[in-house]
Amino acid sequence: MKILVAVKRVVDYNIKVRVKPDGSDVDIAGVKMGVNPFDENAIEEALRLKEQGKATEVIAVSFGTTANQDVLRHALAMGADRAILVESEEKLQSLGVAKLLKAVVLREQANLIILGKQSIDDDAGQMGQILAALLDYPQATFASSIKLEGNEATVTREIDGGTETLSLDLPAVITADLRLNEPRFVKLPNLMMARKKPIENINAADLNLDIQPRLTLLKVSEPPARKAGIKVNSIDELLSKLRAHEGLEL
Amino acid sequence: MTTLILAEHNGKELSPAVQNAVTAAQFWQAPIDLLVAGGNEAILQKAASISGVTRVVHANAAHLAHPLAEDVANLIVSLAQDDQKHYQVILAAHSSFSRNILPRVGALFDVAMISDALTIQANNTYTRSGYAGNVHNLIQSTDKIQVLTIHTSSFSAAGLIDIGGANTEIVNIDAPAAFTKTRWVSETHNLSDRPALTSAKIVVSGGRSLGSAEKFEEVLSPLATKLGAALGATRAAVDAGYAPNDIQVGQTGVVVAPELYIAIGVSGAVQHTYGMKDSKIVVAINQDPDAQIFQVADYGLVADLFEAVPTLTAALR
Repeated sequence: MKILVAVKRVVDYNIKVRVKPDGSDVDIAGVKMGVNPFDENAIEEALRLKEQGKATEVIAVSFGTTANQDVLRHALAMGADRAILVESEEKLQSLGVAKLLKAVVLREQANLIILGKQSIDDDAGQMGQILAALLDYPQATFASSIKLEGNEATVTREIDGGTETLSLDLPAVITADLRLNEPRFVKLPNLMMARKKPIENINAADLNLDIQPRLTLLKVSEPPARKAGIKVNSIDELLSKLRAHEGLEL
Repeated sequence: MTTLILAEHNGKELSPAVQNAVTAAQFWQAPIDLLVAGGNEAILQKAASISGVTRVVHANAAHLAHPLAEDVANLIVSLAQDDQKHYQVILAAHSSFSRNILPRVGALFDVAMISDALTIQANNTYTRSGYAGNVHNLIQSTDKIQVLTIHTSSFSAAGLIDIGGANTEIVNIDAPAAFTKTRWVSETHNLSDRPALTSAKIVVSGGRSLGSAEKFEEVLSPLATKLGAALGATRAAVDAGYAPNDIQVGQTGVVVAPELYIAIGVSGAVQHTYGMKDSKIVVAINQDPDAQIFQVADYGLVADLFEAVPTLTAALR
């Protein structure tokens, strides 16, 4: 029973990104990078399933330049058994990454693929669904609970106003919500040990897939700011201001 | 060409956001088909009454009672192939329903889906936000078929024609066989007498300053009840266990745009403001005069929420 987790390298979630003066992109030169938070939930869940004896191996995979080795080392330090870097100097987009990921899934014969539900840079939230479609696998997105029994996964998903529980035949694709678990902290000795674990390199071009970007980024800008209003001094003043608005019955 | 809208419903009612999706779809100035998977007669009638809809396409099958992404995606692909309509645009209002399905549809057509479009412009160009709403990206798609979800509050709701007054055609189609590798087991709904968070006119939202689940309930509940408002919460409040996670407003939760949003003890992290900044009027009550929430609030009151909120509740009619 092999679990594959994909790890994206993104700008650290504490950092407010800036737009380049020419509006061509965001300026992330020298900015602190890290593992996409939802991907940490995915890694954590895979490790817990292995610790429960439900899985035998956890493989982490990332896509992009050699800079991605740091997020793979992080996954290894958390406890992943080995890591794969699918190397590409090109700008990769979701559909292209999903095609590369599909190739890795098939090569590794992974039984379960756990991904973060979205990345915090692009906020698109598509990868798991695209991958499941390309493989014609069952999908369960926004998972807050995963139980494995034999060849079946029972997954509780977060939906608007409640939850939904699905049962999936393996192999399947699951995407992790934040509520799935609390990812473990990486201890320094583990980080040192992770340096000794192998990272295999695959050249994306060798996989012969159409990974050309389909979306052209024309311009990046700061969103229009909402105008700050006024401070009121009391509840009475607040209510008299609000009652002056049409359509509000307070 | 025809534009296809995937309609969301809960088995009883059509989602009001479908009306916003219709407005977005009108950009292409093509006939609009509205696809309803499963659902009942009331849903179909409501769908047919939305101004601008050309046809309602209804697929009914036992396995669509609780529609799975796999089944709905396969349904859309088969509809696009069987029908002579040549859908060039397939869209839905962005929600946990559509974001589960449409990326799968995009992949089956080998096109890059566009999530949560804020604007639609000529030549397959869209604005969408990134980095939790910190940047706006203007992107252009090179794909033949456009598959997208729209940011509901960025588009107005299309009007309704009196039910019975519309002569929109309702077409029944067969659904492809069920995708049996995934099975629906159960679902839970957080029962509440309050209006749904995404469609409420007024939202009362609380942050971590409430201090406990008991205080969250004790302070905010009477206010929300008196206002007929939905309750919301920040991610910090949810993570601390003060509120259930399905009422989390923000980048990783729900996006709301009510007439009135009252933020109580909310710091105003970008993660949160992403989910409420389209609200018509924002009120913030916070003890910290420098809290970021005041930068997006129309009316800010610097006060101890434990005193101010009961005073506000008592002062309401």
